[in-house]
Amino acid sequence: MPDRGELIAAHIPGLRRFARALLRGDPEGADDLVQDTLERALANWQRRRADKDPRSWLYTILYNRFRSECTSRIRRGVHQELDTVPDPELPGIEGGQEAAVMYRDLLRGFAQLSEDQRAVVFLIGVEDLSYEEAARVLGVPIGTVMSRLSRGREALRRYMNGDRQLPHTETRRAK
Amino acid sequence: MTNIARPVGEDDLQAWVDGRLTPERAKVVDAYLEAHPVERARLAQYRDQKRTLREALAGEGGPIPARLQIVRLTASSRHRGQPRFVQLAAAIILLILGGAGGWTAHEIRGALGWGVTTAATAMAEDAIAAHRTFAVEVLHPVEVTATQQEHLGNWLSNRLGRRLIIPNLDRFGLQLIGGRLLPSENGPAAQLMYNDAKGSRFTVYVRLGASGETRIYLTHESIGASLWIDEGFGCVIVGPADRELLGRIGEMVYKEMLPEGNSQQRKES
Repeated sequence: MPDRGELIAAHIPGLRRFARALLRGDPEGADDLVQDTLERALANWQRRRADKDPRSWLYTILYNRFRSECTSRIRRGVHQELDTVPDPELPGIEGGQEAAVMYRDLLRGFAQLSEDQRAVVFLIGVEDLSYEEAARVLGVPIGTVMSRLSRGREALRRYMNGDRQLPHTETRRAK
Repeated sequence: MTNIARPVGEDDLQAWVDGRLTPERAKVVDAYLEAHPVERARLAQYRDQKRTLREALAGEGGPIPARLQIVRLTASSRHRGQPRFVQLAAAIILLILGGAGGWTAHEIRGALGWGVTTAATAMAEDAIAAHRTFAVEVLHPVEVTATQQEHLGNWLSNRLGRRLIIPNLDRFGLQLIGGRLLPSENGPAAQLMYNDAKGSRFTVYVRLGASGETRIYLTHESIGASLWIDEGFGCVIVGPADRELLGRIGEMVYKEMLPEGNSQQRKES
């Protein structure tokens, strides 16, 4: 039986991706959030549901931390980089210039989604959580997850098709 | 089934993108998309987007920085279960009683492993925290006073589950005030309180379940704690920081509480 350290460690890369998805443009703040999450997870390990994969439990802690403590700071951060995601943040690109441009555009569009939409698009699209798991992590009904998913994907599609104002105005309206 | 199938909705289309439809439902949605090319094109874009986003985010992060490594976090979160003591623990200086019969830090680590040292330190911290809480009490420093010493001894022994001999510390000018029962992570603990002629308070903190044999001395600010662990008893003498005095009191308490080959006999004061 692996110990709690091993069980948690397996999810650190995913937690870092999630934190970076929530905190676009602030990788240091994202790692702070992950550190806070890991410390809480270690301290509260007894309180998780032992029969479940700890992944959704860990993601739930991270999301709650994000919502409760960092909200104001994060909102400022998001608005600061609405126009550009700094290029140094882009990953190493293998597919050449075209892929690099596509990644950059998509990440910019992704950064402009509302936090709610970004979390859903990320958890389901990138981390492969089920709709039920995503609902549990975010603490909302499954219907809300589905509508955020649908709106987030559509906003991203329009952004990629050149309608670059839409996600922005949608974000403002949602707040 | 098909004739009562509900109409295809947006949730179905999202689930199609994610490959989360049942095979039966997937057939229904496939048929719907055949008939609706605009929708089909939209969903195809979602699928591309999903794959691209995954690729774009997969490369982020790089190696896990040291501050996010579990080993490091585990070490720093050891005291989180007892937040009251976090500051105390950080300020405590651990000294190992030297001299004849004493242990060196190296010997303890080698013979017992760090776990024992950590357990001893945690016990000493609990004893110091209890001392700081009750030694300043004027009205209720103890639950049962020294005037009912026999009752005190019986009561604490019953609760601890082992005969507790109340040490006589007259030799150090220490008068018993009384005692109380305290909760601890390892079951009940007993605290005996003494006064010296100047009114300084000393406490003897006892709990069971300790393993190994250890002797350590710790200080926190002006408070000192001399701890010994033996025969399953853990005992911490806490008082004004005076390593030599607390060490001698510790030896006396040890002799009184664990008289050789005679641990069932109660020592009358």
